[in-house]
Amino acid sequence: MVDKSGADGRSLIRRRAGLKLWLSGGWLATLALAAILAPWIAPQDPLAQDLFLGRLPPVWIQGAEPGFYLGTDSLGRDVLSRILYGARLALIVALVAGTVTCVIGASLGLLAGFLRGWVDVVISRAIDIWMAFPPVLFSILLIAVMGPGLQSIILAIVVIDWTRFARVVRAEAMAQGAMDYVASAQVAGRGRISTMLTEILPNVLPTIIALLTLEMGIAVIVEAILSFVNLSISTDDPTWGGMIAEGRTSIHQAWWVLIFPLITLFLTVLSFSQLGEGLKDRFDPVLR
Amino acid sequence: MSFLTITGLSAKLRGTSFPILRDVSLRVSAGEVHGLVGESGAGKSMIGKAVLGILPTSVEITKGRIELDGVDLLSLTPAERRRRIGATAALIPQDPLTALNPSRRIGPQITDRLVDILRWPRSRAEARARELLAEVQIPDPDRVMRSYPHELSGGMRQRILIASAFAAEPKLIVADEPTTALDVTVQKQILKLIAEMQARHGTALLFVTHDLGVVSKVCQSLSVLYGGKVVEATGVRDFFREPAHAYSRALLAATPKYTDPAASLTPVPEAVIAAVQAEIAAHDRTHDRSARRG
Amino acid sequence: MADLYTVENLHLSLPDMTKKPLVGAAPRIEILKGISFTLPKGEILGVVGGSGSGKSTLGRAMVRLLEPTGGRVLFDGQDITHLEEPDLCPLRRRFQMIFQDPMSSLNPRHRVGQIIAAPLALHGFSDVGARVLDALDHVGLPRGFAGRYPHELSGGQRQRVGIARAIALRPEFILADEIVSGLDVSSQAQVLNLLEGLVKELGLTLAFISHDLSVIRRLCSRVLVLYRGEVVENAATAEVFAAPKAAYTRELLDAIPLPDPDQVWA
Ligand SMILES: Nc1ncnc2c1ncn2[C@@H]1O[C@H](COP(=O)(O)OP(=O)(O)O)[C@@H](O)[C@H]1O
Ligand SMILES: Nc1ncnc2c1ncn2[C@@H]1O[C@H](COP(=O)(O)OP(=O)(O)O)[C@@H](O)[C@H]1O
Ligand SMILES: [Mg+2]
Ligand SMILES: [Mg+2]
Repeated sequence: MVDKSGADGRSLIRRRAGLKLWLSGGWLATLALAAILAPWIAPQDPLAQDLFLGRLPPVWIQGAEPGFYLGTDSLGRDVLSRILYGARLALIVALVAGTVTCVIGASLGLLAGFLRGWVDVVISRAIDIWMAFPPVLFSILLIAVMGPGLQSIILAIVVIDWTRFARVVRAEAMAQGAMDYVASAQVAGRGRISTMLTEILPNVLPTIIALLTLEMGIAVIVEAILSFVNLSISTDDPTWGGMIAEGRTSIHQAWWVLIFPLITLFLTVLSFSQLGEGLKDRFDPVLR
Repeated sequence: MSFLTITGLSAKLRGTSFPILRDVSLRVSAGEVHGLVGESGAGKSMIGKAVLGILPTSVEITKGRIELDGVDLLSLTPAERRRRIGATAALIPQDPLTALNPSRRIGPQITDRLVDILRWPRSRAEARARELLAEVQIPDPDRVMRSYPHELSGGMRQRILIASAFAAEPKLIVADEPTTALDVTVQKQILKLIAEMQARHGTALLFVTHDLGVVSKVCQSLSVLYGGKVVEATGVRDFFREPAHAYSRALLAATPKYTDPAASLTPVPEAVIAAVQAEIAAHDRTHDRSARRG
Repeated sequence: MADLYTVENLHLSLPDMTKKPLVGAAPRIEILKGISFTLPKGEILGVVGGSGSGKSTLGRAMVRLLEPTGGRVLFDGQDITHLEEPDLCPLRRRFQMIFQDPMSSLNPRHRVGQIIAAPLALHGFSDVGARVLDALDHVGLPRGFAGRYPHELSGGQRQRVGIARAIALRPEFILADEIVSGLDVSSQAQVLNLLEGLVKELGLTLAFISHDLSVIRRLCSRVLVLYRGEVVENAATAEVFAAPKAAYTRELLDAIPLPDPDQVWA
């Protein structure tokens, strides 16, 4: 059949069901659920120490105790329970830090890229100056001043990473701003800010979402690194980074203390980055 | 003896049954200019891309042969095919704005092919590039070789693309709407240039365009395409004297003629479209049947 | 008949960013060098010239996407040369534009219905939905296309959406900037016929920019030939084709390849 109205066979290409989306979304949803339900589903108290139960292996290895599915660390704390409680912190940091960074960075980028002129000059200068600071040093300094804690971690991430959003979104908004559909909106009599929100934003949104999910993954890593170097929350609260740091010291006697938090961290970061792509494949009307 | 022979070439959109090319056959002799005309979406570019081995991955060839200089391209391994095509054929693309890398100087963009594929020494490649730029009437070739694309006008860039297509002395050039992005006066210069270069080098040319006016100026023969199918293939003089197919006549009627103020522009009528579609469907049916029998 | 547009000694220069020095302002290049003409109501004016001759710049100054640097533009007697955006806004419903590249002039992430509706909503029309369908009917697109995205349409169909968006506001003037240059001959004929019909039916005044005189002959009553930012010819269409006064017009005519192998095309 020759299709005159459909114009283009390409619209027949079916969207892939999105295995990426299902796997990454599935993992993150499970993790979020587990984090919320941690007090009810965690088999043990994550802080309970019992030196007689130290370094128990996972259940499928000989010498395990029932109820400690992924084994225990050198102080006898249950690894699975600690991972579940650690997920709470990791996800809070990912969501809050990711979203705040995104909103601040993307707004500034959008304004600079679309309005141009002095707005652009001011914002671009700020980005340039900001990026001249070495980021890790900057965050350690910040936490040293503010003292460790959830707010400090989140603030450190926002302060370092807003430029990533601002730069990319600015470039994208600039490119979109040169398109005729923007001139067309002006011919129709639409104001500048309104054009930015109704015409430019939908076209920059896929980029913003990709960056946002990437940023959430980065936030999880940053939190883990800061915990690893003991700059995060109080040392008692279970965090993935803290667990990895502890597990490192006993890798030869009890590998599970290191490996399970590490796998969880890896899958979570990977899922965040794949989620962005999966969402785009599935929901962006424009196929690339 | 034809230089390019396409026999029964069919292609479809991968993963669907949407046909892109249907049983296309055509031949181009050495040194001949053959036009491919039709409305947009007819599959003109796809034929050119199939010959050059640059079909998009979403399009797959289902059957047929493409013989270039006596070698069946589709029976070669991808690496052999690339080498074969690289040595015998070249492309003049449609859009001179995007066909040149904006961040590299012109010179290396012309000589790359000669150095990388034909293994010429750089000095010889550069001498050749300079010679070609002079041949396409670019003043001050040395300066142009050192320029970046954005420093040159659209017409200049198209001249450079022509020079670079002829650089390796290909025996076949596919020109995909090489003047559609240009205005009429520049189009005239470029068409004359292509015709001149083609005649001097004895190159065969597959010339893709939707403009029958252009065809009448540069081609010796042509194939009219509709919906991925060749509906008429003939010599240019015969075609303009007496187009055989109703669709060809309709296409000719849609082409504006400023010399004739009374002539109205008539789009290809619905009835003609319906008739070609029916004809193609009927052809497909008999083909399917004979394929099943055979 | 009254003049809808009066353009007097129009000058327009833009900063040349490619030659901008490290500090200080970029040098300005003069693109329009004193253009004058009038456009009576109901007329179709063709604007021709090679690429870079300033056609689009002139058009964009007429619909005030650009602000002229000298001279005057009167729209229906009102001086719009330097009007600020808030004062322009009510006038904007009355002059519309159709763009050359139908891909970049339609927001790829809006559906066709949304694209046509947006200007209507902006100008406070109440029956937006009905007007969108009416506009689709006018340009001969099935109503179901309201739900499609631009990339799901062919070039000719996209250009019809551009026309629908412009006429939906019931403007008095439409600027069409090279709207058929990217189309094949059949879609080109369809779009031209459509536009001609709409001009008659809706009583529009039209400025039609093109580099192809054969298209102009078909559609326009007057022709303005631009060469490097200046008017070299301004006459009735029949006159231009019978006896072009400017050498440049002659050159443009001679460059057109007729579908005739016997044409002398030296
Ligand atoms: N990259 C692509 N992937 C899949 N299909 C394509 C692609 N490009 C074009 N097509 C389809 O192939 C058919 C022929 O296109 P093409 O050869 O480009 O037409 P034209 O005659 O205008 O050059 C059309 O139906 C078009 O939709
Ligand atoms: N934004 C701009 N900045 C600088 N120069 C421009 C700009 N837009 C157009 N020009 C220049 O103005 C001249 C006229 O352009 P234009 O009006 O687009 O011509 P046409 O539409 O006739 O092809 C060209 O030389 C072009 O390079
Ligand atoms: Mg093509
Ligand atoms: Mg223009």
